[in-house]
Amino acid sequence: MSAAQETVSAGSANTARYVIYACLIILALLYLLPLYVMITTSLKSLDEIRAGDMLALPRDPSTAAWVKAWGEACIGVTCGGIKGYFWNSIRMVVPAVVISTLLGALNGYVLTKWRFPGHKLVFGMMLFACFIPFQAVLIPMARVLGTFGLANSTAGLVFVHVVYGLGFTTLFFRNYYEAFPDELVKAAMIDGAGFFRIFWRILLPSSGPIIVVTIIYQFTNIWNDFLFGVSFSSGEASPMTVALNNLVSSSTGVKEYNVDMAAAVFAALPTLFVYVVAGRYFVRGLMAGAVKG
Amino acid sequence: MSFLQIKNLRKKIGNAEVLKGIDIELEKGGFLVLVGPSGCGKSTLLNAIAGLLPLTSGDIVIDGHVVNDLHPSKRDIAMVFQSYALYPNMTVEENIAFALEMRGVDKSARAEAVKSVAKTLQIEHLLKRRPSQLSGGQRQRVAMGRALVRQPRVFLFDEPLSNLDAKLRVEVRAEIKALHQNTNATIVYVTHDQIEAMTLATKIVVLKEGTVQQVGTPAEIYNHPANLFVADFMGSPAMNMLKGKVVSSDGASRIVLFGDDVTIAIPPSVSAALPQGKEVIVGLRPEAISDAGLADPQARSIAHIDADVTMVEPTGSDTFVTGRLHGMSFTARTRADVHVAPGQKFPFAFNLDKAVVFDPESGERID
Repeated sequence: MSAAQETVSAGSANTARYVIYACLIILALLYLLPLYVMITTSLKSLDEIRAGDMLALPRDPSTAAWVKAWGEACIGVTCGGIKGYFWNSIRMVVPAVVISTLLGALNGYVLTKWRFPGHKLVFGMMLFACFIPFQAVLIPMARVLGTFGLANSTAGLVFVHVVYGLGFTTLFFRNYYEAFPDELVKAAMIDGAGFFRIFWRILLPSSGPIIVVTIIYQFTNIWNDFLFGVSFSSGEASPMTVALNNLVSSSTGVKEYNVDMAAAVFAALPTLFVYVVAGRYFVRGLMAGAVKG
Repeated sequence: MSFLQIKNLRKKIGNAEVLKGIDIELEKGGFLVLVGPSGCGKSTLLNAIAGLLPLTSGDIVIDGHVVNDLHPSKRDIAMVFQSYALYPNMTVEENIAFALEMRGVDKSARAEAVKSVAKTLQIEHLLKRRPSQLSGGQRQRVAMGRALVRQPRVFLFDEPLSNLDAKLRVEVRAEIKALHQNTNATIVYVTHDQIEAMTLATKIVVLKEGTVQQVGTPAEIYNHPANLFVADFMGSPAMNMLKGKVVSSDGASRIVLFGDDVTIAIPPSVSAALPQGKEVIVGLRPEAISDAGLADPQARSIAHIDADVTMVEPTGSDTFVTGRLHGMSFTARTRADVHVAPGQKFPFAFNLDKAVVFDPESGERID
């Protein structure tokens, strides 16, 4: 019998647990409240919204606001809804996430398994990229994009996000591969696999958990980015976040809160989707069995 | 003509010289064991042979070709790692076939080769499993299969048994020995376990701090250790090291052990003349000391010495008796049913035929 067990009785331990659970549940509800308001408001009619009870369930749920937000709402001068911008964002986020994740993995692989003189300095400089505020690079980046002819294009935004994301993805993969046994790389070298083959056949298939982490992180960041979007694109080429802002701030006549809310839900859906889907593959222990037992 | 030659190999890591001029030769079909305490450079040497570490200077020659600058995959070697290093994302079958796949061997030939190796190692039922679903011994076997399938010119083993439990270690050790006998493969094997070295090797290299201490057959290393380090490192329990002094009287030299009252003849292994008054260390394996009744009748030179018994350790097959005389302890290996208890006087028989004599200053053996 240890002293700790004697001083805490079963009853008081249970009480503490109930208190903790109650706190957690209350905080979770509080955290979910905005989502609840967004969804219920988007399903209400404008009249009902004006009645003022924000927390009430919709009396007569309707998806009209959703349809309008997707295909008919006016953003700036065009009234085609947010769907075009939604696809803009997808076209930006998918290549940006894939490229930055792959390059990060490659960097991590080189920085841990193919060390060269000065590898620590290089890694330190890449880490530095994580700490540069977005605002500081806006003007130089605009120059670079202009020089490359990528200004005001999705490709330009992809480029910006890849460059900005590399610091983080490299950090993730380097730390993951640091723990990856060197002997596996040596064994593959003796077996006759080259630089890329070892990466592609041995390391990458064993990187499931860190790939998922990186994808969730990069997808969320890039999808939610507003500053780069608003700085390096305009009009029809804008990503979703910028369009949402324009939708909400375009004040032509009545303020349609239900349409705004529906558009906001659309904007939030992909990150939610990625988290729910990829989170399931967030499996640990893929490395079990590689080294001893 | 030797199959594997290592010539004056040096390796510096940072400022530290890890290998200080290694010269080793191994004939085709030989089983070379590199043994030494941790940090002696044995794994570094193995990695250098594999081509995983660049050399500072020296040559590695396999089958007449200098392979210094060849990539590991072009040296025609296979390595079994201490951690097995099985690819976690592949099945056993894919693990074994990987090297063949990298060489562009076609699929049916690959399957054939994997099948025959799996049969040799009795792992056919494991082929579809992943490394994480295997036990330690099974992983070990798969790692060997991965080496065998390549049919390399030289096999390299890096402490392959150190992650196994004691019983399995003995089993797998026997399997490796059988494998060597059946395939007549050329093997370089690294271990810190002197019993593995003795049982497996056709040739042992004892390393210490990056230098070769002795090269020889297991019997040579065990019976005629070149210096105090080798004598002490090989064998368990360790060799008895008894301090003595040479005295000459009536034209014949003898060695005084245990103070003044016990003198023994100069062991037959020494042919050099020992000057009067020279300090020496007499090395005697525990099995060369027994109870008087069990002394080797073939021995030409036996010293009978009575000493106090301080400890009795029965192992089942033998009993180790620790004797003490004039403050010096020694261990004897006697028969299992010896009747002796601590505190008693016991007549020990020292078989001097087996004794080796070392110079305490240089640590080298005196012949």
